[in-house]
Amino acid sequence: MNWNDMIYILPEVILTIGASAMLLVPVTGGRGAKLSAKWMMIILLAITAGALIYCSHAVENIDQSRQLQAMFALDGFSIFFKLLFIGAIAMLVMLSEDFLAEGKYSPWEYYSLLGFALCGMMFMASGVHLITIYIGLELLSLSSYILAGFYKSELKSTEAAMKYFILGAVSSAILLYGISLIYGVCGSLNLLDIAAAMSTIVTNDALMFGIMLLGAGLCFKIAAVPFHVWTPDVYEGAPTPIAAFLSTGSKAAAFAIFARIFYTGLHDFHLEWNYVLATISALSMIIGNLAAITQDNVKRMLGYSSIAHAGYVLLGVISLNALGLRGILMYSVVYVFANLGIWATVLMLRRHQYAGERVDDFEGLSRRSPLWAFAMVIFLLSLGGIPPTAGFIGKYFLFAAAVQAGFGWLAVIAVLMSAVSMFYYLRLVVAMYLREGVEAEFAITTPLRIVAGICLVVTLALGIVPSSLIDQAVLSSSHVAAHAALTPHAGR
Amino acid sequence: MLEAVPTTEAYLMLSGTLFAIGLVGVIIRRNMITVLMAIELMMNAVNINLVAFSHRFASLEGQIFTIFIITVAAGEAAVGLAIIIQLYRLKSTINVDEARELNG
Repeated sequence: MNWNDMIYILPEVILTIGASAMLLVPVTGGRGAKLSAKWMMIILLAITAGALIYCSHAVENIDQSRQLQAMFALDGFSIFFKLLFIGAIAMLVMLSEDFLAEGKYSPWEYYSLLGFALCGMMFMASGVHLITIYIGLELLSLSSYILAGFYKSELKSTEAAMKYFILGAVSSAILLYGISLIYGVCGSLNLLDIAAAMSTIVTNDALMFGIMLLGAGLCFKIAAVPFHVWTPDVYEGAPTPIAAFLSTGSKAAAFAIFARIFYTGLHDFHLEWNYVLATISALSMIIGNLAAITQDNVKRMLGYSSIAHAGYVLLGVISLNALGLRGILMYSVVYVFANLGIWATVLMLRRHQYAGERVDDFEGLSRRSPLWAFAMVIFLLSLGGIPPTAGFIGKYFLFAAAVQAGFGWLAVIAVLMSAVSMFYYLRLVVAMYLREGVEAEFAITTPLRIVAGICLVVTLALGIVPSSLIDQAVLSSSHVAAHAALTPHAGR
Repeated sequence: MLEAVPTTEAYLMLSGTLFAIGLVGVIIRRNMITVLMAIELMMNAVNINLVAFSHRFASLEGQIFTIFIITVAAGEAAVGLAIIIQLYRLKSTINVDEARELNG
């Protein structure tokens, strides 16, 4: 390790220093109060994104195998996800402004915790070594536990944090136990070394147990059935912008490590794990979508819907082919934008801390605000996977990958369950367009308008002209897919 | 004749037992502090595993990971205790079952 290696983690270093500095601002007393926490955070995110783009160009000429002793990869896959994360966090900062303005909680702590969570997500996207992946995951999780309980004086929020913490910590321990068994069989924690070791050994009980425990821990992080019970409770109890964060950014980061671990590390044993994951995926789609139908609380409904979406993304992991990996990348983008748009609309309707989250609150929205009611329809169609929107492209790739890999029955379940999901998405549309609403207060502020507008444009543009996203996904996944196909040994 | 140094299998049995005790503790105990202790037990079971394997392979990777896990466990305990204190302030209880605001 020398100082030149620092170029790989420069964006994360900048982000960590910036987020730590933001934590110190309230300590300075009156002097810091004049600064706007929101704009500081936006500037920090812009610098991080700039550094990331600069570094990705700088490392193109350097030998790709010599990446911080093969612990950290700055490849197309990680850059794709990191830019998505930075974009998602920037939009969350916009979503959070009003919520922080009316509350009595410090925006500096809130934004610096979001910054630390983003740093963890970026390490997850780049991790090619189980230590890096675990540390990134814990950084994200610890920040999320605190953020879920950010309404300190609200019992609901504290309870959500408690549930999230207990289940999250247990799942981390299970994941670690799985990692320790894999280390015991393969003799390394580097994903490429694990893949190399696995290609030479036969099936082995300890290894199978390790993979199952690792998979169980990861399934908790993406909220797949049967490790999903925390999701609706935490989404309901957590402050709404944090629920938006948990269901978009944090989830996309978990998709990234899921894809990286299974595509780069464990692909040789896919015959052993893919039927287990296929069952989990089918259960997630069925239980998530059926449970969402009966929900009257929009936050809980989105919680169950995110369980179902974890099931769709698992199709891409199970199929283990180039199409599936591209599908995961594209679906993460599509899902993040559609979901953030919906959360922005939910935030427009909130009147007090927890209001604006019942299905009834959407009644008559089309008359009160035709543009945002239309935007909401587009977001819901995108989540349902209906053609003119981006959701269709993402689902198409995932389902096609499953069919190509011989999981036709799973693709059939996925299509049927997408149809079921339209039922509860359309419930909101019916409420918005066909019912008279009470004259409810309505808080469309500029930041919410900007976020919902960006999400609307992206969702429609990627749906009508998807080629740019497809090209980018093909380019970004090529490196990881090449590893999966060739199992080269990292130059260590 | 007994060996002076226990085998890796012996360490694995110890860690497996500790992990199981921790998992059962999380499931059946209702006091948040006890649950937190059970979680620590599970993480320490992992540490035993990693150090035993690290000794067997004569590689340092497992021991390095152990140090990271100890560090993270300390952070996790801090966050967990903070949440417990907050819950106690609002509800005057740290019983997991009595927190039932959210219908789940």
